[in-house]
Amino acid sequence: MEHYNMNLTLKVWRQENSDKKGKFETYKVNGISSEMSFLEMFDVLNEQLIHEGKDAIAFDHDCREGICGACSMYINGKPHGPWELNTTCQLHMRAFKDGDTIVVEPWRAKAFPVIKDLVTDRSSFDRIIQSGGYISVNTGNAVDANSLPIKKDHADAAFAAAACIGCGACVAACKNSSAMLFVSAKVSHLALLPQGEPEKESRVLNMIAQMDKEGFGGCTNTGACEATCPKGISLSNIARLNKEYTLASLISE
Amino acid sequence: MLDSKIPAGKLEEKWTDYKGHCKLVNPANKRKLEVIIIGTGLAGASAAAALGEMGYKVKTFCFQDSPRRAHSIAAQGGINAAKNYQNDGDSVFRLFYDTIKGGDYRAREANVHRLAEVSAAIIDQCVAQGVPFAREYGGLLSNRSFGGTQVQRTFYAAGQTGQQLLIGAYQALERQVALGTVTQYSRHEMLEVVTIDGVARGIIARDLVTGKLERHFGHAVLLCSGGYGNVFYLSTNAMGSNVTAAWKAHKKGAHFANPCYTQIHPTCIPVSGDYQSKLTLMSESLRNDGRIWVPKKQNDTRKAADIPEDERDYYLERRYPAFGNLVPRDVASRAAKERCDAGYGVGTSKQAVYLDFADAIIRYGKIECGKLGIDPTPQIVREHGLAVVKEKYGNLFDMYDKITGENPYETPMRIYPAVHYTMGGVWVDYELMTAVPGMYALGEANFSDHGANRLGASALMQGLADGYFVIPYTIGNYLADEIYKKAESTDHPAFAAAEKEVADRLNTLMNIKGKQTVESLHKRLGKIMWEKCGMGRTAEGLKEAIEEIRALKKEFWSDVKIPGTINEYNPELDKAGRVADFIELGELMCIDALNRNESCGGHFREESQTEDGEALRDDANYMYVAAWKYKGEHDWELCKEELKYEVIKPSQRNYK
Amino acid sequence: MTWKQVFTSSVGQKLTMGLSGIFLILFLIVHAGLNACIWAMDGGVMFNRAAHFMGDNVVPRVLEIGLFVFILLHIIQGLMLEASNRSKRGTPYAVSYGNRGSKWYSRSMGLLGTIILLFLVVHMVHFWIPSRFTGVAETTLPNGVEVHDLFSLMMATFQENIGVVILYVIGCISLAYHLAHGFQSAFRTMGVHNKRYVAMLKAIGYGFSVIVPLAFAMMPISMYFGWVK
Repeated sequence: MEHYNMNLTLKVWRQENSDKKGKFETYKVNGISSEMSFLEMFDVLNEQLIHEGKDAIAFDHDCREGICGACSMYINGKPHGPWELNTTCQLHMRAFKDGDTIVVEPWRAKAFPVIKDLVTDRSSFDRIIQSGGYISVNTGNAVDANSLPIKKDHADAAFAAAACIGCGACVAACKNSSAMLFVSAKVSHLALLPQGEPEKESRVLNMIAQMDKEGFGGCTNTGACEATCPKGISLSNIARLNKEYTLASLISE
Repeated sequence: MLDSKIPAGKLEEKWTDYKGHCKLVNPANKRKLEVIIIGTGLAGASAAAALGEMGYKVKTFCFQDSPRRAHSIAAQGGINAAKNYQNDGDSVFRLFYDTIKGGDYRAREANVHRLAEVSAAIIDQCVAQGVPFAREYGGLLSNRSFGGTQVQRTFYAAGQTGQQLLIGAYQALERQVALGTVTQYSRHEMLEVVTIDGVARGIIARDLVTGKLERHFGHAVLLCSGGYGNVFYLSTNAMGSNVTAAWKAHKKGAHFANPCYTQIHPTCIPVSGDYQSKLTLMSESLRNDGRIWVPKKQNDTRKAADIPEDERDYYLERRYPAFGNLVPRDVASRAAKERCDAGYGVGTSKQAVYLDFADAIIRYGKIECGKLGIDPTPQIVREHGLAVVKEKYGNLFDMYDKITGENPYETPMRIYPAVHYTMGGVWVDYELMTAVPGMYALGEANFSDHGANRLGASALMQGLADGYFVIPYTIGNYLADEIYKKAESTDHPAFAAAEKEVADRLNTLMNIKGKQTVESLHKRLGKIMWEKCGMGRTAEGLKEAIEEIRALKKEFWSDVKIPGTINEYNPELDKAGRVADFIELGELMCIDALNRNESCGGHFREESQTEDGEALRDDANYMYVAAWKYKGEHDWELCKEELKYEVIKPSQRNYK
Repeated sequence: MTWKQVFTSSVGQKLTMGLSGIFLILFLIVHAGLNACIWAMDGGVMFNRAAHFMGDNVVPRVLEIGLFVFILLHIIQGLMLEASNRSKRGTPYAVSYGNRGSKWYSRSMGLLGTIILLFLVVHMVHFWIPSRFTGVAETTLPNGVEVHDLFSLMMATFQENIGVVILYVIGCISLAYHLAHGFQSAFRTMGVHNKRYVAMLKAIGYGFSVIVPLAFAMMPISMYFGWVK
């Protein structure tokens, strides 16, 4: 891989806090290596801003290896930037070329209010999980792990759904700001396992009720969420959720 | 001498006896007892869930925006448990023995045995929670082997075991939040412990969004705040991972034990430039199938593919025929450093070795062809082999590709050791209580189970063991006496004093208004630590490091530049507080490393090695835990806890 | 859980859209099949007979009520969902994800549906209202039965004005794209997640969304150009 350096123009959303109105600011960064990660490029910019006596740009990030789900930049119109199956922290600068202008926005959804600059409040996801995204088993109650065989393809499908990192890119990408992919990933993960069976109905009904309450939109199956999901969570999970929901709503009392 | 309160009796009966005799708290009283938990990784989330289920009033604190983002999530490889599902001779004793030996005989026997005992229940619990571990076609759980062991006892979920376990614990925690037993404080950082009459009684936390300081009372405080690898600036830890909670506890009376025991993980993606902000681990599980090599010729500039087989040095297989590529992490890391220092490194930086899957691809390809009854032409063998490797390690290979821009299916990966885990931590007794009554430390934050080196897939095991199965018993033994004490009001002078201390420190930091950024000072600390307290340590280097760190501390407190204000979301200020603590910790690490004039596990003193460059322990002089008591600036008192081996006879580790 | 909770939840509302959509898809088959009788080249006898059967028989008349209920439900629910979904974003993005993540017509169901609705109003004014209320010239079938001469009405409507033909073609194109998304989406909403079935339904959906609107579009076109006798 050839390494190269580039000069870039960045248009970044700046917003002091949730009460203030935000706007775009334009910054220039020079000598960015193609081997840097996108967030390292932001580190460089922030160092530059601090030296100029300005406030650093706030952005969420933590593990920087694509698994914690904290990073959340909407880059040139796509959550997590141009690469497929990727998080912002794993995006590297060789995705760009010298002279490029990059527009960076926060996740935008009423259910994810901006805290500062590119940082949003995603605690609505926690509350959705609280409404039923678990199996009710107290510590110490469990039977031997191998006492209940699980079909490999079910286990694999459950794992594929459980790979969700809760970053919220699906909400950011969806024209309706719907959290259906996130909710369906959890519903599918637990519905596919026999351990999740007893609470199947109440789980899906409560989680959807909470999702609606948090102010996320409805799903219209456009598929934008699947296309942007860094972990490749499949749209078929949403169909599975629909099935679970319909059955549950028919039989619940 | 410190009292570790290890129960009397035979090793394998200690925990059972303890559980049978510890004090209990009745359910009605549990509702009145408040427990504060700092950190929501595997240890914190599992403890919060378990204690919430029991009926205690729990408050959890994490600096991330959700408990689910704690860095346990990044653990890739797996979790050990003595299930012996593979019928390959595993047992509680063998897991115990491997862990003690892997830790180079610097861990406490009783703690490690308890860990091995509860390991099997962890897997049961996680499966019941819906953790999607890898399975065989028959529907039963799959296992793989990991470094430092000769049995297959590692349970895994592709390369995302930590994520799946943490999500399991997180879901259990969120369930308790919904039930009202746990209150969760995200984007909050603990900045001080409040002690009243020498007993932990609460914390001062800062709401990172508004910058406001909050007082929280607790009958007990649990530190589950993880390790301190970020003292090296570059590590596999998350950017936010920090020592602050543990360090505040240390300064309020908790001993800090074996700070110099840091684990350098052998398989990480090498540094590519000065801008590097963190290092990425490639799971140790890759060593199951990958072979590590360097060219036999020094400064060989040929491409990997152009180097013929007989000019490659598979140095781990050469030096350690019995364990080969599966030697423990400390051994593998040092061997890589040795080769690179000797001029055999690869890549542009020459600070890397190859991890090669070519053989594994062919081996798996042949097996698949055999299964399917296909004529094994090289092309078809390769295709099938690639498919198998992709299924096993696909996500790791993709990650490597994204970071380096190189395709690991075509060319061998370049890897180099990087700081990964810290075995040292807050000193705790058998009950996981620190030297401050009422304050506990769980998971990576404590020092107790891994000695001088941790085996792969044991960190997840320890975090969950402490949280799910140890603390629920040991905390009861303490809280049973607390029911006679009423909850302190947070108006108590001790809370006011602690809050003022925190506020003053924040003001001081903001008012320095110097010229250097927090990041640049942290980088400098990291450089000192990596060069002088990293993979190879000398008395001379450590003495220099101590002086340099002291000077850096002065510089920090006189010249740091923090933008913004206190009463707003200000990540630079948060970072400044953490780096200030890392600087103090760095000094103590060097002091500890200087004190320990032997090589053991992750701590390698160049003065103490065998003729062929293996670590040389000095059991006569250093068979103890070095627990440091904070006395004042640059001043610590060494308190020793003698390590008594009643069952295992320490020997020089041999993986040959 | 009450029925109200079911049908006011985001998934329940989608279910309403999907179910009514599938009913409307079935209606389209009947409607297209019936209208295809214009190509019998018998001066409209077969078509008028079929239309008479639909208008005179009690079963289609009852179904017609259902059809109106479903159309109204589909329209009202659709517009409500569109308004509600649009309100969830807050500050709009400066750069849109656009066609990189989804098809334009999947994101434009509200717009396409509105065009179809406008078309439907014109269409009803042209045929349904005269047939039900204001009256259509009568004709006698070979078997002696008096029926509305809808065939002549169609010929008159489409042969006189190219504008009407264009309007109908636009309506059919909108319907085609509406179906291209709506057909498979309806089944996903009903919970079909099995990969084989999804693939099959997608293929059928695309076929349906081309064939049926094309058949409809050809009616005014072939009358305008005098291909129908």
